Amino acid sequence: MAKPNTHNNSNSIYPFSQTDANAGKKKYCRFKKSGIEYIDYKDPEFLKKFLNEQGKILPRRITGTSLKFQRKVAQAVKRGRHIGVLPFVADNFKGDN
Amino acid sequence: MEHQYESVVVLTPVMTEDQVKETINKYRAFLEKGGATIVHQQNWGLTKMAYQIQNKGTAYYTVLEYKAPTDLVSKFEVQLKRDESVLRFLSIVLDKHAVSYNQRRRNGELKSQQPKKAEA
Repeated sequence: MAKPNTHNNSNSIYPFSQTDANAGKKKYCRFKKSGIEYIDYKDPEFLKKFLNEQGKILPRRITGTSLKFQRKVAQAVKRGRHIGVLPFVADNFKGDN
Repeated sequence: MEHQYESVVVLTPVMTEDQVKETINKYRAFLEKGGATIVHQQNWGLTKMAYQIQNKGTAYYTVLEYKAPTDLVSKFEVQLKRDESVLRFLSIVLDKHAVSYNQRRRNGELKSQQPKKAEA
């Protein structure tokens, strides 16, 4: 009995998820490409790119960031949440970006 | 070896502008007395918060950047804990990338902006 392919339905949760269309596109780490070294936790507009509608941090397989910068993003997001710049939980607070 | 620190102080909105200035100057004096040198201060003014803290939706944000000896930060934070008008605070140590980032942002090379101003 063939293994049911459960992978596909998980795509519907994430906004810009890995659809088959751009499956072939090589994902790259935007920080290595643009040479950003420090991620500012006080700048919500930039950090929102790494959050989904509920304000959760997007996984690396969706955003394609490298491990080193994913940790920096996660730390910056958590600091931003602590000082009230980013929400802990939100219902589509981001609008469409 | 003096590290560079950055503290964000979130003050309650139930204060007038000059009360906010006075509290921040009080903390600046405390830091300077403890041997720190204030590198930069940034006031965001009354800013809308992403969620309510102590039933307040907006707050006065102040970012203080200072070079300080290692034991001063914990004393500074004890002062902040004691003050009721401080809703929240966060102080971090800046590594060389962070210091250069703040330097570049002050010179206006970067286009990062603070959260939206609250319409008081």
